[in-house]
Amino acid sequence: MLLKANRLVKLALGSVLTLLGLASAAVLAAESKVNQVNMSPGVTEVGQNIYDLHMLIFWICVIIGALVFGVMFYSIYYHRKSRGVTPSTFHESTKVEIAWTVVPFLILIGMAVPATSTLLEIYDFDDAEMDILVTGYQWKWKYEYLNEDGENVSFFSNLRTPQTEIYNSEAKGEHYLLEVDEPVVIPVDTKVRFLVTANDVIHSWWVPELAVKKDAIPGFINETWTKASVEGIYRGQCAELCGKDHGFMPVVVNVVSKEEYAGWMEAKKAEAAEIRELMAQTFTLDELMTRGKAVYERNCLACHGANGEGGVGTAIAGSAVATGDVSGHLEIGINGVPGSAMQAFGGQINDVEMAAVITYQRNAFGNNMGDMIQPIDVYNHKRG
Amino acid sequence: MGAHHHGPAKGLSRWLFTTNHKDIGTMYLWFSFAMFILGGAFAMIIRAELFQPGMQLVEPAFFNQMTTLHGLVMVFGAIMPSFVGLANWMIPMMIGAPDMALPRMNNWSFWILPPAFLILASTLFMEGGAPNFGWTFYAPLSTTYAPPSVTYFIFSIHVLGLSSIMGSINIIATVMNMRAPGMTYMKMPLFVWTWLITAFLLVAVMPVLAGAVTMMLMDIHFGTSFFSAAGGGDPVLFQHIFWFFGHPEVYIIILPAFGVVSQIIPAFSRKPLFGYDSMVYATASIAFLSFVVWAHHMYTVGMPVAGELFFMYATMLIAVPTGVKVFNWVTTMWRGAMTFETPMLFCMGFLVLFTIGGFTGLMLSIAPADFQYHDSYFVVAHFHYVMVAGAVFSMSAAVYYWLPKWCGRMYNETMGKTHFWISFIGFNITFFPQHFVGLAGMPRRIPDYALQFADFNMLSSIGAFIYGASQILFLYNVIATIVAGKPTSDEKTWDGAEGLEWTVATPAPYHTFETPPQVK
Repeated sequence: MLLKANRLVKLALGSVLTLLGLASAAVLAAESKVNQVNMSPGVTEVGQNIYDLHMLIFWICVIIGALVFGVMFYSIYYHRKSRGVTPSTFHESTKVEIAWTVVPFLILIGMAVPATSTLLEIYDFDDAEMDILVTGYQWKWKYEYLNEDGENVSFFSNLRTPQTEIYNSEAKGEHYLLEVDEPVVIPVDTKVRFLVTANDVIHSWWVPELAVKKDAIPGFINETWTKASVEGIYRGQCAELCGKDHGFMPVVVNVVSKEEYAGWMEAKKAEAAEIRELMAQTFTLDELMTRGKAVYERNCLACHGANGEGGVGTAIAGSAVATGDVSGHLEIGINGVPGSAMQAFGGQINDVEMAAVITYQRNAFGNNMGDMIQPIDVYNHKRG
Repeated sequence: MGAHHHGPAKGLSRWLFTTNHKDIGTMYLWFSFAMFILGGAFAMIIRAELFQPGMQLVEPAFFNQMTTLHGLVMVFGAIMPSFVGLANWMIPMMIGAPDMALPRMNNWSFWILPPAFLILASTLFMEGGAPNFGWTFYAPLSTTYAPPSVTYFIFSIHVLGLSSIMGSINIIATVMNMRAPGMTYMKMPLFVWTWLITAFLLVAVMPVLAGAVTMMLMDIHFGTSFFSAAGGGDPVLFQHIFWFFGHPEVYIIILPAFGVVSQIIPAFSRKPLFGYDSMVYATASIAFLSFVVWAHHMYTVGMPVAGELFFMYATMLIAVPTGVKVFNWVTTMWRGAMTFETPMLFCMGFLVLFTIGGFTGLMLSIAPADFQYHDSYFVVAHFHYVMVAGAVFSMSAAVYYWLPKWCGRMYNETMGKTHFWISFIGFNITFFPQHFVGLAGMPRRIPDYALQFADFNMLSSIGAFIYGASQILFLYNVIATIVAGKPTSDEKTWDGAEGLEWTVATPAPYHTFETPPQVK
């Protein structure tokens, strides 16, 4: 009997050690990003607390698993018919059954306590030092800094990875699919509150290292926050299936020093002022075409194709809209087509960009309409 | 009706008009296997595209159709009907009844299934493609932004729901009214118990699903705004309704699997099931709790903190009855005299892998940690551990266990064991690495991924191809058994098996228990 007990202890110990080995390998590997096997504690206090909670429950599960599987494999080895054993006939024991109902319950209470305190911490939105409105679009993010001086700054953040990399005609870059044309910039050691919503379908804004994931729901505004303690670039993705390009709308957050942030914000405000000035200008056809091509590639290409041949969206090459009346073309560009995938771009791109891209669509892809739209035309159309 | 005994009719009409529980059970089982292969083919396309980073085989829009149809076909076409088929075959034989209580409805509940799936599959060839919004079909992606085929999808879901409700009513009526004299509730085999409880769950939640898709239909075609904030509705409302159906649905799938395992482990341990009473109570508790935990699928939608806490605590509680079940199975094996034929191997595989799935489920129940796990591959790994290693493994065990009784022929044990080991290894290669990529930040339902996830995804795809191939071996083994297996007429195929089904002749005659047995 003693011998058997010894064997049982050895067996249980063996399996625990194996699992320990696996887990420590996991912890080591967590330091490098490639083939990472565990959650990252990230760069926030909340992230660290979540990570600790995750590891606590992981170890509790490992121990319970080692015990249960230990007993099971002991049985499989020693209580097999081929060893000539006679089966027992016991089939209940009130004491044991009460024990294995009550003990797990107590363990659960032990887990619920730290889980509750971390949850309450996550739900503490007080004392946020700045607010950023995050809006999910199919398939990009818009960031709007709600500055206290009322001078808001906003921009869209699109996937920067070219189609050639996605379709394997070019080597994939280091940050394949996790790079954007314009990252959201936030200052370090600052409690930043994100107000999260969506324009079309439900998206979810997720940056693992900032320990933030919140659904972006059209018509509702959710809040979440982060306070990053280390400067750096943190990458995430949309986490809620949002249609065709769900896999192609990354989130990139650039955490910088407070001074750098202030400088960046000044530059953004100056840029906004410059665009206001541009609005009043008159452009040549060449200028509009160059600007328009860039706008097209950022906003239209995914649905309408690189050569205006169509795809999810209708073809632009030779289309009735692009070769028809200017105001009809502007109307669709600005207000979209309700109930279809064609969005209202009037609020997404500025009037200079709108003028340029409409001009581009009317003159590229063999449309050659020869007409030009100026920012003032867009402005007037919006005014009705 | 005369008292004449008759065998099955001949030809196609036997199957079309049959009211025999064994024929209908057989049809359910074959149909679900066909759907398993179809859903598996979709999974192979998914894993082939994910073999490497970059888009190689399919376009993102088609990829989304594949993930959607894979989920729908596996849940509604493969797993659920397979257990209904098993219930049809086994429940009357286990409780000593001559047939199901409502045999004509039984025929109907089966025969509306194939057209429903034909409609669903036909959406692949429609303008705009098949449903592409995930098997959870969250609005407004599934309403305002859905392809036109969504209407066919809604109709198909309505028909599936109708079939499930009729099947469940039949099971409830059979179990309540047709037990043999002396077969009290607390003497029923556990498979019957788990199905009785499952049937109540189905009757309770399928109408909720029907309500959800009807509201979608109204939003799409009749200008209502149940799920559109612009018209005063709420997209989150959809999720609440869906998961009020969806979470009990998870137990609808797994409870019959628990029942199967509770039949097979005692048989091969040659020892009675430990804690029969607590098994029944645990099943009932899980079923009850399944109604009050739905929003744990929605921790990130922005619920108030009080709601989060309620759903977190309630979800954690499920670990208690589930734990009781696992402990009972292990204790059943303790000091038994075990042998490891294929059904037992699949049950052991179930026990280990389902328990791992249970652990990750416990981790997911912790709301703050779920903010990191939610909608990542960690979730995909978790539910495949419970759906595949839980439901599908137990279904395989059931087929090997009862096949000799069904067809009077013995399957090839070596091939069965090979099927198990290839499945077990392939399954783990597929889904274990998905825990890693999920924790490292890979979202689910994406057709392409960042480079740091490449190695594990390739491994996962290789595992999926192995697992997929092992099912062809399964199909071959079953057909080979039916056609040319070694004939057996032992009433008890397995020396440790208990229950009324092992008291009838082998193969089971077309009509059994026309005179009810007396249960002591």
